[in-house]
Amino acid sequence: MDFSFLDDPRYDVIGAFWMNVQLTFWSAIGSLIFGTILAAMRVSPVPLMRGFATTYVNIVRNIPLTVIIIMMAQVLYTQLGVKLASREAGVNPQAFLDAQNFRLAVLGFILYTSTFVAEAIRSGINTVPPGQAEAARAIGMTFTSVLGIIVLPQAFRAVIAPLANVLIALTKNTTVASAIGVSEAALLMNTMMENEADKYWAIFIVIALGFVILTLPVGLILGWVANRASVKR
Amino acid sequence: MSAPSVLYDHPGPKARLRNAIYTVIFAVALVAVVWWVVAALERNGQLEWAKWKPLFEGQNWTTYLLPGLWNTIKAAVISVVIALPIGAILGVGRMSEHSWIRRPVGVVVEFFRSVPVIILMVFAYQLWFFTFDYSSSLAAVVIGLVLYNGSVLAEVFRAGVRSLPKGQTEASLAIGLRKTQMMLFVLLPQALTVMLPAIVSQLVVILKDTALGGILVGYVELRRAAGTSASFYKNILPTYVLISVIYIVLNLALTTGAGMLEKRLRRTRGKAGVPLVVTAIAAESVVGEVAGPEADKAMTENQQ
Repeated sequence: MDFSFLDDPRYDVIGAFWMNVQLTFWSAIGSLIFGTILAAMRVSPVPLMRGFATTYVNIVRNIPLTVIIIMMAQVLYTQLGVKLASREAGVNPQAFLDAQNFRLAVLGFILYTSTFVAEAIRSGINTVPPGQAEAARAIGMTFTSVLGIIVLPQAFRAVIAPLANVLIALTKNTTVASAIGVSEAALLMNTMMENEADKYWAIFIVIALGFVILTLPVGLILGWVANRASVKR
Repeated sequence: MSAPSVLYDHPGPKARLRNAIYTVIFAVALVAVVWWVVAALERNGQLEWAKWKPLFEGQNWTTYLLPGLWNTIKAAVISVVIALPIGAILGVGRMSEHSWIRRPVGVVVEFFRSVPVIILMVFAYQLWFFTFDYSSSLAAVVIGLVLYNGSVLAEVFRAGVRSLPKGQTEASLAIGLRKTQMMLFVLLPQALTVMLPAIVSQLVVILKDTALGGILVGYVELRRAAGTSASFYKNILPTYVLISVIYIVLNLALTTGAGMLEKRLRRTRGKAGVPLVVTAIAAESVVGEVAGPEADKAMTENQQ
């Protein structure tokens, strides 16, 4: 099999995968924060917050990620003029577009992935025995303390494995950013397929192995962590 | 008097006041955000009737939206029909007692689960072209979806068979069934009813993933068709709102159907074959409650 395209300076395979890693990294942090907030709202005593979080989760997770990402670029930016990167005179417009599309993609991934994080954390909250929360209430803790000091720390230890799955799914989902022209692995693969059509097996193997290398260790390491961290009951 | 949740007490006068204050603050924040969005829409002329009117024109529907929707449903249904038997075969293969079957099948399943669907589609497009000398974006979409969802369904099948009581295996061996007979006549039929809700909810994933076909392999599904329509009528925002609503309605209908199916199965089958956790949305279930960590892993992963 001919892997000569790997030496071609036109194809920056490592750079493309690095883009996926960056997208995953920022989106993961954002989704963890927003997802936790959504989960807290879903179990909160304030009905309006519960209603909002439930509606948000049920709406957003049923829209294809592709639609969300494209809306970020074509609606949020093109139609509504929301800019996430600064555009200065004299600066290369392509650099602005790259930064802008990267940030829009991250925002889209956060909005989408948070719903899955929220659901995972909520099911983790359910694994904490009621006695824990009851004991906390009995010594006079408020809802915020019960959730923040007693329940969530135990819930997080139970949801490491489900969250690892969300992270793996997010890593794979970052390929959708190719829809708005973020130069990551799927877009590079498409370009290579067009230019080196006859080497499609070799191209597929390189790109697919890249994702196996990105996702496999995450599953193994976090699976091990989940085992160690789980609360033995 | 039972508290509404284990996390907080039944609100007394103080808590009620506090909750009322939080409600007001949150409502004000929400209204502010909505106000900001509406103002931004207004400023950019997105609320003009001219932009929304095409959504109610028959020609828009017959030219763009309905064919797109049909392509989406077509790709989803074909993929499901092919992925189910493949998933069953792979699932059974992974439980085989012969390691020369179990190991390769395990590698195949893990491989296709860790490669993004869009990568599989781009590859399938090229593979189809070089094999049959013509390009077919439908085939690319279907092959990509089948490879991925077949592998996910294999895990669902495996989890389903594992969730059956051990007595089923022991009883079938005791009456002298061969392993193939045991799998075909005893385990799979039972596992299938247990997994039915999970399989139906897998449809949601496939339906959403058809939209990936519009990005790189050029399959004109609902999203891509809507994109063309939007650039013709110059109404990107209204069109995307419309297709989002279509996707949400379709998927909620599927999820509700899966939930009803689960309830029905739970009623008719009793405790022995408690259905697997359908989805994280529908089920108020606890992680690992019924199906154990294996099933749970398959269930949470396949939702995305």
